[in-house]
Amino acid sequence: MRAAVVVFPGSNCDRDLAVAFKAAGAQVDMVWHKDSELPQGVDIVGIPGGFSYGDYLRCGAIAAQSPICKSVAAHAGRGGYVLGVCNGFQVLTETGLLPGALLRNAGLKYICKTVGLKVETSQSEFTNGYNAGDVIDIPIAHHDGNYFADAETIKRLQDEDRIAFSYTDNPNGAQADIAGILSENRRVLGMMPHPERAADMGHGGTDGQALFRALAGALTTA
Amino acid sequence: MKARVHVMLKNGVLDPQGDAVRHALGAMGFDGVNNVRQGKVIELDLAEGATEADVTLMCEKLLANTVIESYSVEMS
Repeated sequence: MRAAVVVFPGSNCDRDLAVAFKAAGAQVDMVWHKDSELPQGVDIVGIPGGFSYGDYLRCGAIAAQSPICKSVAAHAGRGGYVLGVCNGFQVLTETGLLPGALLRNAGLKYICKTVGLKVETSQSEFTNGYNAGDVIDIPIAHHDGNYFADAETIKRLQDEDRIAFSYTDNPNGAQADIAGILSENRRVLGMMPHPERAADMGHGGTDGQALFRALAGALTTA
Repeated sequence: MKARVHVMLKNGVLDPQGDAVRHALGAMGFDGVNNVRQGKVIELDLAEGATEADVTLMCEKLLANTVIESYSVEMS
């Protein structure tokens, strides 16, 4: 598996994400936001957490317009895989690769803690290392993670089995307890919780490992 | 030429910040505030020849997220 991790000014989980990909066996390139091309042969692009462009205007809004994001959209358009975590999820909704938006947490507080996540579907290369219904412990760390979409979109996500993870105890007011969603072709995943922060014994938990291992298993380099 | 863009959360989208402001006003003794919605104003200083249609396109593409926000443009 060849992975590229995008680095924006203000990204702060880029190295963690790269380490998690590498630990699963991936070859990883870091890609700067001003680059206009992804490296040749990339299977998956990781959009990391952090505060890209200082969260100016709206979280992820400026990043979504950066040169590299045009290549990421083209990669997704060709059927390439994309994983957006936390700020990366916000960037993916701002680019339109995923529906909906992330609003300020309902309680107005920045929340940093480990939460229970229910795996809603194992039908994706991201989640097939889990069983649907599994509850895993993954950290969250966000101020704007309150998933919002209109009722029609929420119903479509539910009907098409595109909710990847939901909160067992909704921390931020997200509609339908949504923590992560898949694109229509199931190759783009955006999620607020940080699987890369639960991918090593030193993190205090390894429930995120299965996501990276499943990807590595599916996306073997040709 | 200047443009002033008002961006507001759409009706029906929860505005916890507006709600917090309403609570604070109530706690300060300002009674009679039923609801508060908080938005933002963006001022653009435009080169000659820029039109309202240009600003509308800027709103659609960047200044507002039309999934959750509505906007209005004032040219002056």
